[in-house]
Amino acid sequence: MRISVDRTKCTGLGICESIAPDIFEIDDSGDLVLLREEVTAEQRALVEQAIEGCPTFALKWAQ
Amino acid sequence: MNRLVIVGASLAGLRAAESARRTGFDGTITLIGAESHLPYDRPPLSKAYLDDTEPEIPFYRGRGELAELNIDLRLGRSATGLDTSARTVEIGDDTVEYDALVIATGASARTLPGAERLAGVHTLRTLDDARAVRAALDAGARTVVIGAGFIGSEVASAARKRGLPVTILEALPTPLVRAVGPAMGTACAALHAANGTELRCDTAVSALEGNGSVERVRLSDGTAIGADLVVVGVGADPNTDWLNGSGLTVDNGIVCDATLAAAPGVYAAGDVARWHNPAFDRLMRLEHWTSAQEQGALAARNALDPANAQPYSAIPYFWSDWYDSRIQFAGIPAGTEFELFGSVGAGRLLALYGDGERLVGALALNRQPDIMKLRALIAKRTPWAAALDFAADRAAAWPVAVSRGFAGVRSGSC
Repeated sequence: MRISVDRTKCTGLGICESIAPDIFEIDDSGDLVLLREEVTAEQRALVEQAIEGCPTFALKWAQ
Repeated sequence: MNRLVIVGASLAGLRAAESARRTGFDGTITLIGAESHLPYDRPPLSKAYLDDTEPEIPFYRGRGELAELNIDLRLGRSATGLDTSARTVEIGDDTVEYDALVIATGASARTLPGAERLAGVHTLRTLDDARAVRAALDAGARTVVIGAGFIGSEVASAARKRGLPVTILEALPTPLVRAVGPAMGTACAALHAANGTELRCDTAVSALEGNGSVERVRLSDGTAIGADLVVVGVGADPNTDWLNGSGLTVDNGIVCDATLAAAPGVYAAGDVARWHNPAFDRLMRLEHWTSAQEQGALAARNALDPANAQPYSAIPYFWSDWYDSRIQFAGIPAGTEFELFGSVGAGRLLALYGDGERLVGALALNRQPDIMKLRALIAKRTPWAAALDFAADRAAAWPVAVSRGFAGVRSGSC
């Protein structure tokens, strides 16, 4: 499973980093970086939480 | 467990419905909303929606996407009563029976006496409010904001982005003291001056004057400020009047246990819920996006499976966008210790709040890379000294050198 970030919506609020810091991080310029492209089965629930918890609706599963 | 009723169709209520379906609940879901609009997102209403560009109404889902949830959606209807023995919700003359109930009726913006008599005086809570404020800004209004809180400050930012004159009136000597403490209230206030907004603290309003439409705001010292638009941003009260006689404990919100339970079969979420937060071992009522969405989802799961109800333990988090700056806050501002890295003048700062032993709160100005790491430290109950070391290391890596400590920040004025 891969995560897709809509860069036109993401403003770097960082809720995703708060939920899953092994996967998401806000870099020094304030932008979201994905620390890994592929998500393991164990990480899926956390990513689901991050998708739901994103206040700008910028995250989803890649098709 | 066949009938889930959710009262309140904003973020917490919608998330409750979504979460119920995701957990496999296939009974009926009735979602009752007082506003006639489809559920929409509130944070943009005082931010992007007020910009001088084509406004986008921030609905969460279109009607078709809502239909996928298979819910009985009753919009433009306010719940008027609750009977926890009979397990019924009254909506005027209608009665809806429930097996599980989630209350997410939110809060209403406080207003000022006489405000309803005059056109051009608005709160900013609902989509209808935002449309009215936006229309006034489109017309080039001279704006007076009453209350230097986050909503009022965002409205001022929107007005200034359009080059319009704006004055903020604050009754207290320092803004935002309850939200971020006196030192950071003063620091944030400096953003207004730097962006051409006049902020007057310690200033009481005695009357809103005008003939049909507002024309001026009269102050208690007798002087007046001309205004075409007045936005009242003096806080919000939880919507609990309809619960009179229900037997629920209402005290600045619906008082809930750690699992958001208010009574057997009754759970609360969002701005209306005052729950026991295990992270700080105290009752809290938050008006934040993040807690509303998390509580909504959890309240539904707990309501449908009370035997396995999970507690909601949370480090509060909110953000606010002022001019070109972003303020983010995690935790609570209470505490006996305080330390500051950076400054408003440097365009970035971190403030740490301690309770004598550990880190309990953090504010970031334009430091998105740092705030969630500090939020994690708060959750981990990090000792104060270790938190200071962490923040000092982070600040040392910033692209500009910044000072540590209170230089230039005094509390008690604005």
